[in-house]
Parts: sequence; structure tokens; C-alpha cells
Amino acid sequence: MTAEQIIFYIATGFILVSALMVVTTRNLIHAALWLVATLFGVAVVYATLDASFLAVVQVVVYIGAIAIMFIFAVMLTKRNLLDHVPQTNSNWPWAAGIAALTGAGLLYTASQLSTFGAQRPALSGDALMNLGKALVSPDAFVLPFEVASILLLAALIGAVYLAKK
Amino acid sequence: MVPLSGYLFLSAVLFSLGLYGALARKNAIAILLGVELMLNAVNINLVSFWRYGDTTQMAGQVFAIIVFAVAAAEVAVGLALIINVYRRRNTLNADEIDLMKW
Amino acid sequence: MNFWTDPIHVIYQGLMQTFTGWGMAAEVAGILINLLGIVLMITAIMVLDIFLVWIERKVVARFQDRLGPNRVGPWGIFQPFPDIIKLVLKEDITPAGADKWVFNLAPILSLASVIFLWAVVPLASRIYGVDLNVALLYLVASGSIGTLSIIMAGWSSNNKYALVGAYRMVANMVSYEIPLAASLLIPTILSGSMSLTNIVNQQAHGVWFFFVSPLGALLFLVAAIAELGRSPFDLNEGESEIVAGFHIEYTGMKFGLFYAGELLHAFTFGGFVAALFFGGWHGPWAEEYPLLGAFYFVAKAMLGYWIIMWIKYTVPRIRIDHMLAFNWKFLTPLAFALLIVTALTHRFLMDFPTWVYVPGMFLSNVLVAWATLEILRGNARRERLAAEAH
Repeated sequence: MTAEQIIFYIATGFILVSALMVVTTRNLIHAALWLVATLFGVAVVYATLDASFLAVVQVVVYIGAIAIMFIFAVMLTKRNLLDHVPQTNSNWPWAAGIAALTGAGLLYTASQLSTFGAQRPALSGDALMNLGKALVSPDAFVLPFEVASILLLAALIGAVYLAKK
Repeated sequence: MVPLSGYLFLSAVLFSLGLYGALARKNAIAILLGVELMLNAVNINLVSFWRYGDTTQMAGQVFAIIVFAVAAAEVAVGLALIINVYRRRNTLNADEIDLMKW
Repeated sequence: MNFWTDPIHVIYQGLMQTFTGWGMAAEVAGILINLLGIVLMITAIMVLDIFLVWIERKVVARFQDRLGPNRVGPWGIFQPFPDIIKLVLKEDITPAGADKWVFNLAPILSLASVIFLWAVVPLASRIYGVDLNVALLYLVASGSIGTLSIIMAGWSSNNKYALVGAYRMVANMVSYEIPLAASLLIPTILSGSMSLTNIVNQQAHGVWFFFVSPLGALLFLVAAIAELGRSPFDLNEGESEIVAGFHIEYTGMKFGLFYAGELLHAFTFGGFVAALFFGGWHGPWAEEYPLLGAFYFVAKAMLGYWIIMWIKYTVPRIRIDHMLAFNWKFLTPLAFALLIVTALTHRFLMDFPTWVYVPGMFLSNVLVAWATLEILRGNARRERLAAEAH
């Protein structure tokens, strides 16, 4: 066991436990805080995958913006669906079945891949530099990048319009 | 070294947990929480396929970044919609928001 | 190579020999030494933090024409220790209806979000925690954990004042993160790297970025003060309005953690101002003798901290609508305009010799500042005329 393996297994356990808490906790603020824990664990997983930029952006975007927005939304709608009411709808056994089937299907599909048990190759080049170049070079991903920025602008305007009334 | 299967296992289980949350929860905000979990599972997959494939091809990481942007947009608009619905109908129960249902 | 030219490496080698001499595997010994280093670093920072309490109290006393602590030890330098003993001995109250877990976790996260930052700070040419290639984003990320800790504290206290304070603080931090990130991009453009080590090295072998982008340094300082939630942006505490804001319900050492975190945060941002714009550890003979470099760095950080304190204790608190308007209508557009101008001028002047490059960059900054002031003056005049016409 190397240090990296230990970190990965701890992070995996942490992510799965906190994700389970996200979908089962009755108190919604707690669910949002468990989501923060999950997202932090995912950032650690990115770090073990040598994607340092994504790890940090995960914390900035998900924890710094998205999770905070969730907490605000829960606070603004607090009188609704209190903790002592069941938080799941009547179809929850079906939902659990579908989720379990999907998970099993995903695992089966993944295990059919030729690269399923693959070990990682050595990192070639400066990944951060490559990522930056890929995002802005015309023969790579500049178009999706620009479209994403337009999407963000549209979302900004839409959210302001919806929230204004 | 952790083989690719470890990451794929993690993302598959995380995805199904998120799916369960999105399908089973009553509260519209909790449904969005489940969707976030699924998006994260997808991102783990994308990044791990980047790392275990050809690391000079940045498609995996670029897609993950686009997913970040889409997730941020989705949450901003989604929560604005939910708060608007809450103001008008005074409920967040997804079962009761059924005007469009026939 | 000896202790004076590369202390960390020498200590590492020495410990490695000792540990492997005891029959420990080299890998385990490496992890153990790294852990020791982390513990040592955090301890050093926390000890410094204790004395920051004294410095803060002494400096504020001077600004307010008082003497400050002067009873315990020479110049009252041991005053923090009675303070700490008092905080530890106080009754630890968890308010009724508080969310215990979240309530207790918040102060820990608040202090941790500051201590995280020290992992990437280059103390000297060869003394730093880790040379992270996304260090500047890491700074923003740790700020978002700080935001989270404050909203956790505000919500879990089950107190309206605390919640209002937390709302204000989050509005403040989320909006000022934008000019902060934009002003962090200026050193990134100038050095072509987001690693703090690289940024400081570039300045040590060239010109301090303050001379290249003085307006950027000013913007960073203002955004950093807002991010700290210090006066004039201390609406989160607002003693006269919401009593103490998000930490109203915290007693004893839990309050102490918030307080220590705030002081250390201010000092840390002083350090970042030094590292990003004033050459970090750079100074005479700092390259050869890292310990001297660390001394320079701490001195510069103290100067930055002093400026932050100076602003805190002389400028009154501003109203929340003014604060948000100042950010969205003034600071953010200015930061983006400066970013574009800096990027373009840097690209044009980059191949010229230093004596053209530095004055050119400086002039471009002055030009942006002048244009901003002109626009502001025009707006103010229009508003005044409109008011007089009524």
C-alpha cells in the first residue's frame, strides 16, 4: 500500500458515506453540508488523479458557489417540508431499485472495458499548461469554452430575471 | 497505484446514490442535490479516463470544466425557479408541483 | 551546501539518516518527516498568532492615542497568555436550539481555512511547504471554505443577529472574490505562472511587481481587506447594529479560534501582498541565506499587516448598499479594465529592455487610474448638478 492508495481509499469511503447522508438526511441544511463533504472528497480524488487545477476549481466553484447557493435556498424556503415529515415520496422503493440496477449496469459495462484494470501511464508534459492551451487553441476546445461562457451569461440573466419578481 | 477500476467503482456507486436521491426525495432542492452528486460522478469518470489514457489529450479535463460551468448555470437557474415556485405555490414538494401533469 | 544555504534540505537529510538508522523504511521515514514539518509549521504559525494579538492591541492603542497592554512582561508582550487563560477558563456555552455539530465545526473550519494558506507561501528561496502550480486559485479556494465556515456559524447559532451577520459576510465575500481573483490574475500574467514560488522568483530576478502594476497591488489590498471582513468592510460584526454578527453565540476558546483566525488571516494577506507585489523574500543576500530571506518575508508581511490595521482603525464602517455598489459598480469593472490593459501592454512591451518595460507598464497603470478618476468625477458632477436642479 502506497500513501496514494491509502488516500484514495479513505477518500472513497468518505465520499460514499457522505453521499449516502446527502440522500437520506432529513434536515436539508445537513444534506447540503454533507454535499460539501462529498464535493471536498471528490476534490481529493482529483488531486490523486494529478488534476490539481480541477481539484482547486472544484473547491472554488462547488463549495464556494454552488453549496453556498444551496444553503441559501434552503434557508429561504425553511418553513416548507419540516424535518419530521418523511422526506421521500411514495415511489422510493422503485427509485432504490432503479438506482441499484443502474449502478450494477454501469459497473458491468465498465468491467467489460479492455482498460478496466489498467495502471496509469506516466504523466507526459505539464498537464496544467496543456489544459490551458487546449481551452483556448482554435484546433482544440475554444468553441465549447466560448459556448460555456455564453451559457453562464444566459444563466446569470435568467437567474436575475427570475429572482427579481 | 490504484487501477482504473477503483475510480470507475467510485463513480458508479456515487452516480447511483445521486440517482436515488433525485428520484426518491420529495423536496425540489434535495432533488437538485442528487443531480449534483450525479454530475460529480460523471466528472470523476471523465478525469480518470483522461489520467489512464493518453495524458496529452486534454478532452477529459476540458469536459470536466464544461460540466462545472453547466452545473453552476443549472444550480443558479434551478434554485431561482424553485424559489419562485415556493413564493407562488408555497410548497417545495415535487409531487404537488403538478400543473403540467395530465 | 550547509545549514545556512539550504536549511530544510540539511534537516531533512539529518532526520532521514536518524530514522533509517533506527531501522525505519525510507518511505515511512519520508512521510513521518513531512508530517513533522507540517506540525512544526502550524505550531510556528500559531505561536506567531499569539503575538499577533499583542501587536494588534498595541498598534490599535497607538492609533487611538492610548498605551495598550503594558503590565504583563516588558511592553506587555506576555499579555496574550492571560487572555488565552481567560478564554480557556470561560464557560463553554452551546445555545439552546443550536445545531451542535455544525456549531462546533465552524470555528475549526474558520481557523483551518487560514492555516491551509501557509502550505503554499514561499517563506524563503528554499523554504516553502509545497510549490503548487495553482497556488493563486488555492488562495481563492481557501477563501470559499472560510465563507462556508461563517455561514455554518451563523446558521447553527440559532440567533437572528448571527444569521444576519452571516448573510452580510457571505454577500461581502462572494462579491469581493471577483475583484480579488481578477487582481490575482495580474501577477499571473506578469510572471506567466500561478505558482507563488515562481512569482517570487521572477521578482527576485527582475523588478518587483509593485513597480509594474501599482494599481493591481492597490486593488488586491482593497479586495483582500473586504475578503477579511475587516473595517471598513466589517458589516458582518457591526457591533452597533447586530452586536457581534456571526460569532455572537460563541464563548471561550471557540470565540478565540474565530479571533485567532481573523488576526492570522490579516497577517497572511499581508504576506500575500508582500509575495505577490513586493518580491516576497527578496532582499540583499536573501538568495544565498534562506533564513535571512524568511526574515525579510516576515518583515514585509508585518508591513502589509500594519497597513491593513492602519486602514481598519482609521476608516469607519460603510453601509451595506455602499459596499455592494462599490464592488459591483467600481471595483469589478476597474479590475477587469486593468486586467485587459495589463495583458495588452505586457504583450506589447515584453520584448523591450527593462528600462522601457517597467516605465511603460507603470504609465499604463497611471493612465487607467487617471481615466477612472475622470469618469468618477464626471459622474459625481452629473449627480451634483441633478441634485442642485431639484
